[in-house]
Amino acid sequence: MEILRFTTAGSVDDGKSTLIGRLLYDSKSIFEDQLEQVSETSKRKGLEHVDLSLLTDGLRAEREQGITIDVAYRYFATPRRKFIIADTPGHIQYTRNMVTGASTANLALILVDARNGLVEQTHRHAIIASLLQIPHMIVCVNKMDLVDYSEEKFEQIQADFKEFAAKLNLKDIRFVPISALKGDNVVHRSEQTPWYDGETLLHTLETIYISSDNNYIDPRFAVQTIIRPHSDAFHDFRGYAGRISSGVFRKGDDIIALPSGFTSKVKDIYLGEEKVEEAFPPQSVTITLEDDIDISRGDMLVRPNNQPQQTQDLDVMLCWMDDQPPRPRAKYIIMHTTNEARCMIKDIQYKMNINTLSRIEGDKSLAMNDIARVKIRTTKPIMSDPYKSNRVTGSIILVDEATHQTVAAGMIRREK
Amino acid sequence: MSNYQLSHLDELEAEAIYILREVFAQFQNPALLFSGGKDSITVAHLAKKAFYPAKIPFTFLHVDTGHNFPETIAFRDDLVKDLGVRLAVGSVQESINDGRVLEETGANASRNKLQITTLLDTIEDENFDVCIGGGRRDEEKARAKERFFSHRDEFGQWDPKRQRPELWNLFNGKYSQGEHFRAFPISNWTEFDVWQYILREKIEIPSLYLAHERDVIWRDNTWLPVSEYTKLREGEKIEKKKIRFRTLGDITITGGIESDADTVEKVVEEVSAMRQTERGNRSDDKRSETSMEDRKKEGYF
Repeated sequence: MEILRFTTAGSVDDGKSTLIGRLLYDSKSIFEDQLEQVSETSKRKGLEHVDLSLLTDGLRAEREQGITIDVAYRYFATPRRKFIIADTPGHIQYTRNMVTGASTANLALILVDARNGLVEQTHRHAIIASLLQIPHMIVCVNKMDLVDYSEEKFEQIQADFKEFAAKLNLKDIRFVPISALKGDNVVHRSEQTPWYDGETLLHTLETIYISSDNNYIDPRFAVQTIIRPHSDAFHDFRGYAGRISSGVFRKGDDIIALPSGFTSKVKDIYLGEEKVEEAFPPQSVTITLEDDIDISRGDMLVRPNNQPQQTQDLDVMLCWMDDQPPRPRAKYIIMHTTNEARCMIKDIQYKMNINTLSRIEGDKSLAMNDIARVKIRTTKPIMSDPYKSNRVTGSIILVDEATHQTVAAGMIRREK
Repeated sequence: MSNYQLSHLDELEAEAIYILREVFAQFQNPALLFSGGKDSITVAHLAKKAFYPAKIPFTFLHVDTGHNFPETIAFRDDLVKDLGVRLAVGSVQESINDGRVLEETGANASRNKLQITTLLDTIEDENFDVCIGGGRRDEEKARAKERFFSHRDEFGQWDPKRQRPELWNLFNGKYSQGEHFRAFPISNWTEFDVWQYILREKIEIPSLYLAHERDVIWRDNTWLPVSEYTKLREGEKIEKKKIRFRTLGDITITGGIESDADTVEKVVEEVSAMRQTERGNRSDDKRSETSMEDRKKEGYF
């Protein structure tokens, strides 16, 4: 059984909570006492139906205001897969939450109201999914019951979406006509849509091929910490602990440690207490080398014939996440893999209108939820790959040196 | 490429180990909150794997309400000895004796909330800058919004509205003087995952989790164990039942369920068919709809 992580975004009206509620309920992942509590609260609020959004909106402020403020994580499992839902609010002021939810997702689930077709929010979600390189997307055309299960409507929305998506970088898009409320094509095939010969939503979620979502081509291993037992049994043991970012490492492989440039061979790979022949993403392992070379946290082990770019000048698509704009000439801590440096934003090249994908030129300001292409200068070289080919070694966050808040998240673009 | 596929337990394990190593690398003086419950036992097992062949580089911190299951304490002492780690104990009884907190009175009195003061005092005394916990997001709705690296201000408070965004696998553990962190390596695990993992890894757990005969009373919709602290209320009578506990906490507020699951295999089977949340048997969470959020804001686990 593998894990599929997917993100949803949307507002109350488009039926997102109803859909999540149905997935959880139909897969028996809602417990009776949770449901009871939610039913009681719904009644107290004077609602006629059970408001399933109350299951995810856990914070007092959210329940009071009836809105989702933060990313909520929900879990359900079927005999085939375990699912982790990052449920994010859909309004433009929550772009940062959508970006956060998207950063770890294999799949984006986008809801379109069959009556309204594509709206600004649909475009925004698709653009963010594309920017964050979520490998798969399912567009659920919801509320089909309210358009008499019209094939024509469904086809029209599908055509509109494809036309819009042609401008984006989305590889795998599927469309499912559903009614979250009535349950059509969510878990069970609907008799109301005989013209639809695709799979149900749940079946798609259960079977979509995700094991090639990781990069198995470019071996990258960022060292988290050094393991030195100082015990009699492991007197000279010196292991490099970390998680395989990408590629496959095998016993006996030639490696080069960056930035030092020292070379050696992989002696052993430990997975917990066991030795293994090879390791692949996203395994956490400990690697020992044939030679005693100087390696510390933040260094990266790679293959000599396949190296990342090393540069102090990064071209980054940045999402600003702090309620305060950057201070003039401010320095930030840049966190990248297990590495850290100081940096400054040298230039804001353009901002992006995330509803239309058009560029806003000449505006050099950054406010919360803005997405902009920027130039960043770091105090030491960063060993990175373009985000497009490597989500692990291509991503960064910026941390304010004074407040220690995470103020921005960025995707590294290919060096020109 | 299909052989490069991880099962859900392998992926969850890899994620948890990554978090534990980040904690070690980013902080000066980490503590592992150890209650003797299955979640903290699982975290201890993961920590052992994360730093093998070195010892676990964390102090184990037990916040002791004084109202313990004797089995839990024996289990704790054995494990600590076995792992060769240091144990620090924060005693709620001492906090009461020192006048730091007042014991609750009334019918539903418990020492649950008092733990907050003892925990924060111990963090300060021991200078811990991060406490690793076995909290899971599926446990409770306030926890569903919790970060892996959760920032606490100088008063130990959690501000859910000002949480740092967490993206990819980049975890920001930076703090100012006096502040500290909580880290939750098994955030993405469900109760079922934990049980499957315990079964797969053959992790030892206190026998309380398995069905056994015990003297209990029926109170607040749950079977409450009879202990030296039990005060019978009108109409209550002591019965012998075959029960097991889904969570372990303060003995005065932790209820059990009737069960025949006397092996881990049977528990896994039972949990997969369970229709009630595990915290449904904890009266500390029943006080109000946001009781977990309220306690967490003040510095609870």
